Formats: sequence, structure tokens, C-alpha cells
Amino acid sequence: MLRIKNLHARVEEKQILNGINLEVKPGEVHAIMGPNGSGKSTLASVLAGREDFEVTEGTVEFLGKDLLEMEPEDRAREGIFLAFQYPVEIPGVSTVNFMKTALNKIREYRGQDTLDAVSFLTLMKEKIKLVEIDPSLLSRSLNEGFSGGEKKRNEIFQMAMLEPKLAILDETDSGLDIDALRIVANGVNKLRTKDNATIVVTHYQRLLEYIVPDYVHVLYKGKIVKSGSKELALELEEKGYDWIKSEVEVA
Amino acid sequence: MSTITEKESFSQSLINSLQAQGYSNDSQARKVAFEELKKLGLPEAKSEEYKFTPITRILSKSFDAKELVTESIASEAKVEDRLLSEFPENVVVFSNGRYDESQSSLKAVKGLTILPLKQAINEKSEIIETHFKNFPRSKDPFGLLNAAGWQDGLFVHVEKNIAVSSPLVVINQHDTNEGKVSSHSRLLVLIEQSAEFSIIEKTNTNGTLPAFHSLNEEIKVQANASFKYYKIQNDPGELVQVSNTTIYQENSSRTDTYTFTLDGKLIRNNLSILIDGEGCESHFFGLYLTKGEALVDNHTVVDHMKPNSFSNELYKGLMDEKSKGVFNGKIYVRPHAQKTNAFQSNRNILLSDTATINTKPQLEIWADDVKCSHGCTTGQLDEEALFYLQSRGIPKSTAKAMLLYAFAGEVLEAITDEKLRDYIDGVVSERLHKNF
Repeated sequence: MLRIKNLHARVEEKQILNGINLEVKPGEVHAIMGPNGSGKSTLASVLAGREDFEVTEGTVEFLGKDLLEMEPEDRAREGIFLAFQYPVEIPGVSTVNFMKTALNKIREYRGQDTLDAVSFLTLMKEKIKLVEIDPSLLSRSLNEGFSGGEKKRNEIFQMAMLEPKLAILDETDSGLDIDALRIVANGVNKLRTKDNATIVVTHYQRLLEYIVPDYVHVLYKGKIVKSGSKELALELEEKGYDWIKSEVEVA
Repeated sequence: MSTITEKESFSQSLINSLQAQGYSNDSQARKVAFEELKKLGLPEAKSEEYKFTPITRILSKSFDAKELVTESIASEAKVEDRLLSEFPENVVVFSNGRYDESQSSLKAVKGLTILPLKQAINEKSEIIETHFKNFPRSKDPFGLLNAAGWQDGLFVHVEKNIAVSSPLVVINQHDTNEGKVSSHSRLLVLIEQSAEFSIIEKTNTNGTLPAFHSLNEEIKVQANASFKYYKIQNDPGELVQVSNTTIYQENSSRTDTYTFTLDGKLIRNNLSILIDGEGCESHFFGLYLTKGEALVDNHTVVDHMKPNSFSNELYKGLMDEKSKGVFNGKIYVRPHAQKTNAFQSNRNILLSDTATINTKPQLEIWADDVKCSHGCTTGQLDEEALFYLQSRGIPKSTAKAMLLYAFAGEVLEAITDEKLRDYIDGVVSERLHKNF
């Protein structure tokens, strides 16, 4: 589904990604872990198409297409979804209207009929249940005045609505208490199928107790320095990132 | 000798032409205004009130001074505007500055008088003399030009306790298909105590030749009365317009004004709200969306002359391409006007590197027990927000339109009349290419 080869990227003059290689297949969950500043969020942003980052080398193929050539909106329409670490507050745009526009633009792109108001609302009600979000939030301005947990839950709600093929969760656990974490993780798990895949970007092992990964990769200085099964996350939790750092320095 | 001294200035030849027209001998009021204008002249480059708005230079490029004060050719162009079908009850049309009886339609409403101003001056001289003896109050040069050389106008009188439910629509149409147009019109409105009234004023321009419009307005809102004023300016082409609008409020009256400027070559709105009563409320909103080389300048004044009143001002602007926005908001709180609450906010977004905004709040507070605040911001479109929307599959152009519309939405939501809000929403949406 996703094939990243030798990906290098920088922001302004600062080189952040230094040759990432990663392959994600349908049905898989990959966790990307690493210390602060290792390039985790940059990787997520580059995949979603944030303009601040310049890809200097390497390729990313998504479902057989060159992802790096696409505008952010086309990546979304092809099936990429980025759950933001810091969801943006947009006064004057309600989540409902926003989702209706987004969903219909995606459906248009895929050659499907746009949804009328009634079928949209039916779909929305179904997804509201799935991710346990307070419906009254959705008619308010997007994320404006939402708590940290409400913002993250809104991200998962959007993910449920848009049904992406590849979801990238960027530090979705940051700023969440344990109850909110459980609800958000539950939402993600309910949305998993054999045809879609998930990349979980996180600093802590905590989230991975709820969203169990098939693979864990450790990112350090813009490279994947270690990959393994879910046990690797536990080992990291126990030994800390210094263990990886010293291992890399020695090598 | 420099050529400047040899050549008569534009301002001077305008004054000479105005004198040659003979208007200034027509009445004492015209004569006084003419003499004032003669002293003051049109604003020059250094003129404080027109510092960012080189109106005299722009006018002199499009017009001979004489053309500005000569009555333009009549036009029979039909007004085509959805406003007419939405609010057909009371419509007044001015075509190239003249009261256009054939396109105006007035329904008889008890306690409501609407007359062409010249007729009212003959028939209602006492009311006009009593209530509008200080009109025009402003010493704006274009206000004086209008006062000396006005051509036509409207008089409205709403009697005590009369609530007029449907708004009066006033359309100033300029048709430049047969030649340049210059018009000078005026509007006098008296709303007696506990009466309710609203006006929707729109300028329409057809044709691509230059047009100039000066407009002097005074609305007197007596005790407990309420007045809503909607101004819609959406003139593609070459319209230069200067309005001098004064709203005078007495005890416990309420006014809501909305100024929407969506297009025009140079638009200057001088809006003054004189709160000469206690327990008054004034809400005034503005939205200006500029593009091309348009210049939109809103100068507002709220003058708290008595204690215990409230004013709230919100003006928002979106400037694109090479256009310019100017905002100047004066708040005066006089020594006696204790317990005044006065708030002002001006927010701007620049959509291109070549667009500009000059914004200046100006608070002069002589009373000591007041609550006043002001804030102005200027920024660019939020790139983070744009990316957020795009990352959900929304194309950049749509995402941009959504954000701009959301920015404008705060002003649109303030319109309480649903039918009118829909109409203006439609005009703004079209202007922002919000077609999703």
C-alpha cells in the first residue's frame, strides 16, 4: 500500500529526514517511535503534503501512485488521513459543514454521487456512536474552544467519516488523560479492517497498549534505526531512548 | 515659473464651475456651504482626513472639474436587482442622481411619509427647519460640495409609535453607457419617538465610464425609536463615491448599521453616530472586500455626548490583489458622558503581497468612569487552517473560500432580518466564489 524509499526531507535549511525506508501493507498497524526531534512528526507531515517541508531525495508510492507529486487534497482523496497532533481551530466553520464539504469532495473525486443532507446526517449519527463524541460539539466552530480530548476525538470522528485507506495518527495520545486515550483508541480499533492500514506516531508506549501494532520502528536522527514487533515498544519503555541512542552511536 | 501656479488647480476649477452653475445663489444653505468649500478646497495629498485616500488626484484623472458639478444625462436603464423582488413594498430609485418616479413604488403606510426632497422642502419646510437645521454637520469637503450643489434627494418621516415592518429600499443607479455620470443626492430621515424603521441603500453602476456620487444623509432617531441601516456597495467599474452619513440619537434609542462594500473604484464612507441621549445603544458593523485596484475607506465616528449609553463597532476587511483598505474609527466620550461603554474592533486579512490596509483607532475620552476598548489586527490567511482543510480532501480554492467566508460570517450573522441576511449572504458568497 505505502512504500517509502530513501526519503530525505528538510525544513528551510534544516535536514530532518535522512533516508527513511518503510513498507506498509493493508491490514497492518505500524508504530513509529522515537525521542523528541527525531523526525516523527515531520514524516507524518511529509506524507500528508504539508508545504513547509521539502523532499530532497527519495520516493513515496501510495497504491501504486507517486504520492509526493500530489496536492494535499488529492492525497486525502486517494485515502490518506492525518490525525493532527495539534488540530487547528477554525472560527466560523462548523465541523458538520466542514465534513459535508470534505466528504462530498472526496466522493466527487472517486466518481460517487454526492450525499444529500439526509443521508449525510444518517451517516454522521452512525459515526458519532462509533467514536463516542458529543454531537453538540459538531455544530460548533471547528475545534474552537474544544478541550484537548475533544479535539482528538474530533480527529477520530473525521477519520470515521472519511474512511481512509491509510490513517496516520500523529502523537494522538499527547495531552490525553487515560479515559480519553481509551475512547480515542477504541474508535481507531473499531475502524480497522483488513483493507486499511494505520501508522501510529508516538513518543510513549502507553497508546500501544490500546492500539496494538504489528511492527514497531524506532526513528532517530531522521532514520529508522531499529524495527521489531510490539515487544520492542515495551523494551523501549523499560530502557528509555538512551539505549537506542548509545547503540546507534556505537554502530 | 512652475506650471503648477500657471495651471488652475482641479479644486479651484471645481469651485469656479460650481459658482458658474448658479446653485450657490439658490438658497442660503447652499451659499454657506459653497463659501466653506471655497475656503477649504478639495482634500490635498497632505490632508489628514484623506491621507491614504488620494481622492482629488483620482477624480482629476477621470473627470474635468466641470463634469463633476454638471447634471448628468438622464438614464432610463431598468434597475435589475433581486432586492426589488425581495422587498417590493417601498422602493425609491435615483437614476443618475434624479428621483426616478417610474421605477419607484411607494405603498401607503399610515404614519409614513416619503417624498422627493424638493417637494418636501416646499410642503414640509417646518419639520425640515426644526429637525435638520444643522444639516449637514460635517465639514467634509465632499459633504460641502453636496450641500452646495445637490441635485435631488429624499425625505422620510416616520411618525410617533409607527413601526414600519418592511424596509425602504433606496437604489442609487448610475448608468455610464451614454457618458460619464456625476450625481449629488441627499437623504433626510426623521424617526419620531418609539417608531421603528429600516433602510436598505444600494448603489448600482452600469457601464464602464467614470461615475461620481456624493451622498449626504442625516437620520434623526428620537426617544425610544429604533433604526436599522444597511448599506450595500457592489459596483464593478469606475464608481467613486463619498457618503457623509450622520445618525443622531436621542434618549433610549437604538441603531444598527451595516456597511457592506464589495466593489468600487474608490469608496469613502464617513459615518458619524451622535449619541445625544442616555440609555442609547448603537451597533455598527462593516465588511469590506476589495480586489483589483479598489480603495475602500471607512471613517467612523461615535460621539458619546450623554451618560449611560453603549456602542459597539465591528469592521472586518479582506484585501486582495493591489487593493487598499483604510479604516479610521473615532470614539469620543464627552466629559458628561459617564458610564459609557464603547467598544471597537477592526480586523483585516491581506490576501496578497500588494494589498494594503491602513487602520487607525482614535479614542478621545474626557469622562473618567467609562469602559472603552479597541483592537485592530492585520494578518494573512491562516496557512495552518488552509492545510487542515486540504488534508481532508477539500481543494485549496474551496478551502480558501471557506475560510474567507467564515471570516465574513461574523458580520453576516449580525444581520437579524433573515430575508435580508440571505440576500447579503448570497452577494457575499458570490463575491468570495463560495460555490460549494
